[in-house]
Amino acid sequence: MKFLEKKVKSMEPIFAKGGKLEKLHYVYDGLATFLFTPATTTKRGAHIRDGVDLKRTMFIVVMALVPALLFGMYNTGHWHMVAESGNMDLPYLNDFGAKLLYGLIKVLPMVVVSYAVGLGVEFIFCTIKGHPIHEGFLVSGMLIPLVMPVEVPLWMVAVATIFAVVIGKEVFGGTGMNILNVALTARAFLFFAYPTSMSGDKVWMGGQEADGFSGATFLGDAASLVSDSPTVDGATGLMDKFSAMDSFIGIIPGSIGETSVIACLIGAVILIATGVGSLRVMLSFALGGLGMGYLFNLIGPGLGNEYMQIPAYMHLLVGGFAFGAIFMATDPVTAAQTATGKIWYGVFGGMLAVMIRVLNPAYPEGVMLAILFMNVMAPLIDHYVVQVNINRRLKRLKTA
Amino acid sequence: MSKTIRLKKGLDIRLVGEAEKVTANAPISDFYAVKPSDFHGMTPKMVVKPGEKVKAGTVIFFDKYNEQIKYASPVSGEVTEVVRGEKRRILEVRIKADSEMQYEEGRSMDPASMSSEEVKSVILSSGLWPMIKQRPLDIVANPDNDPKAIFISAFDSAPLAPDYDFVLHGQSEYFQKGLDVISKLTKGKVHLGMNGSTRHDEAFTGAKGVVQDKFVGKHPVGNVGTQIHHVDPINKNEFVWVINPQDVMIIGRYFAEGKFDLTKLVALTGSEVKTPKYYRVISGATVKSIVDGGLNDGENRIISGNVLTGENIGQDGFIGFYDNQITVIPEGNEMKFFLTKGWLGLGFDKFSNSRLFPTFLTPNKKFRLDTNTNGEERGFVVTGEMEKVFPFDIYPMQLIKASMTNDIDLMESLGIYEVAPEDFALCEYVCTSKIEIQEEIRKGLDLIKKECL
Repeated sequence: MKFLEKKVKSMEPIFAKGGKLEKLHYVYDGLATFLFTPATTTKRGAHIRDGVDLKRTMFIVVMALVPALLFGMYNTGHWHMVAESGNMDLPYLNDFGAKLLYGLIKVLPMVVVSYAVGLGVEFIFCTIKGHPIHEGFLVSGMLIPLVMPVEVPLWMVAVATIFAVVIGKEVFGGTGMNILNVALTARAFLFFAYPTSMSGDKVWMGGQEADGFSGATFLGDAASLVSDSPTVDGATGLMDKFSAMDSFIGIIPGSIGETSVIACLIGAVILIATGVGSLRVMLSFALGGLGMGYLFNLIGPGLGNEYMQIPAYMHLLVGGFAFGAIFMATDPVTAAQTATGKIWYGVFGGMLAVMIRVLNPAYPEGVMLAILFMNVMAPLIDHYVVQVNINRRLKRLKTA
Repeated sequence: MSKTIRLKKGLDIRLVGEAEKVTANAPISDFYAVKPSDFHGMTPKMVVKPGEKVKAGTVIFFDKYNEQIKYASPVSGEVTEVVRGEKRRILEVRIKADSEMQYEEGRSMDPASMSSEEVKSVILSSGLWPMIKQRPLDIVANPDNDPKAIFISAFDSAPLAPDYDFVLHGQSEYFQKGLDVISKLTKGKVHLGMNGSTRHDEAFTGAKGVVQDKFVGKHPVGNVGTQIHHVDPINKNEFVWVINPQDVMIIGRYFAEGKFDLTKLVALTGSEVKTPKYYRVISGATVKSIVDGGLNDGENRIISGNVLTGENIGQDGFIGFYDNQITVIPEGNEMKFFLTKGWLGLGFDKFSNSRLFPTFLTPNKKFRLDTNTNGEERGFVVTGEMEKVFPFDIYPMQLIKASMTNDIDLMESLGIYEVAPEDFALCEYVCTSKIEIQEEIRKGLDLIKKECL
């Protein structure tokens, strides 16, 4: 590595202040510090520092997303073949290689576009603003394609990424300063700007051409329960059409990375074992969703609302619930920051996700909106949690 | 005996180079220095000029804004140089030591028969007062305040910290005398914070006239700030004074002998010291006198104090006024390839409180850590990591942010009066974003001093 080290060092003056390419200093800096942990030493205060840094932390999150990515690729391939053949009962494991290859061809460009565009925007901002490149986008860049339907055109991925990085993050000052989760901002942008590409029956299966073939998702059918023309026969009909086990494994159409609860749980284990993801948020989010589901189960029959009567646990298995709870809600920058706050944040988030799904069929997937809403509310939650501590101190002063 | 206070939060950083419990007499150092920078926020007003002769105990400068607080020369000799920095700020007053030590005249005194005002004025005029620090602000105590209590921690839990049981062994008499003196300074109690998981030396267990509180836990359990917080937390407009146990002994010795003698034991520690042990030195000695020839080759950093809160004094520096420890660790000013020693390496050589490194797999291993920051400074991203090492009923990150944004009201309500920068040393250590937290807290305290106290 001595050779590489020399090379990197020799290039430094070119990018340093006064050098030929000084404008690109932070681009150089970003790449050099990726290859080599810099020689920076402590100046004062603690003379030694923990080995951990943001690069390693973010890398772990990306690793935790890999199972969801791989599964998503395969699943994309599978549903493409289902759509091609028109056979809903196509065996899941047949043509393994071909399905994976199709998924790879479909998904990889989205990942590449997301990273290329996002990092491009970051580099531009860093150069203009004169601050080093932060690692936050390493995770966002992976999350963005995973929350998209596979049929989204690449240019939309690019536009959404630009919007999310600029409006979601850079205007607030970059990584660590943003209020909204970047990847969800990208999804929300597309959801409202190009709704037909983001929901409905047509977007979940790659290369779907056969007319009259319905690629409806559980949530799509569920939302129709409360419309004038239900596509399934009540909650029981819905449960007959979709199996909970299929949802758990992920053999359902849906956004690329969101379908498999198992793949998400593998990611969750990685995040919890390393301490990067907050177990508190994940659990309370799930409990919040479950609780809201049960509540609807209780009041549903009285109201004659069929959607309310689907089993509460199904909410956790379908759509982006697991993915959102594990990878999105736990984003430490946009989540509540206090331990107690994280619990409230999770519980409310989970409840809200199910509530939006059930009560507002215009938005079949409530998880995204619920998390974005809770992102906004997180500082308020923290404020009240911290206020308890402040009041305790005030009380001590009065009794003293 | 009061009950034992058990703290779950904290972190013991396991380092190579603990001092063996052996004492060596350091060779007499040629030069000694008094460094105004050891006393945060103090502006010195010189009394002596370069070339003047001083004795041990001769006042060399006083606090410009509180003239009763005097600072004295640790040795007899000649003032050779006043080293100044930016804006002519005085950095060091150097004194070339005589071969034969001469002391300012003094006499043995019995604190029991003295009033508290008499005790105070003796300590002030002797030049020993700066040993007493105050909370809030973590500065030299203002003698005009009336402290509600005085706290002494009988143990130091910092990495490679000196063992005060060893340091004060056989000094019971002076230590008790010091306690008698100190207890004259407050109408409240004098608290002695004891380590609940070891057997202390008789100097501590036999201490009279004090409240003995017991603490069990990881660092910063031995920090006096932690102990105050759990025994008698500080509210606004309250003051607590704190003093190091060895300094209590020195004050006791002064009252017993009437001699300004700053001889103390200093632990020489750290991975780059060939034979880490204790040295008997006079406060303010050059560090050369004890490290010369005893270090491993390579670029080293010499720290007066411990690795978390000490000061980098360089190869020719002087031991700090409050420090009972010198730590020598390797500099880490080398680039590290990301897959081997860098951010994505296996990392068996790194010590981390997170589970992103395999530190937790080797619970007994001791580490040789360098001064590399192991990453670049970033905005706050990760949450919850500081809370694991901060055993206060205070939200650390919120307080740091309040301090960074100069929000005085918020700082007050979040508990700025209860903390000192050293209490945040571990937060700074574990911070993923490599923010200089102690410095931020210090700036916050400076603002509070200016605006509120």
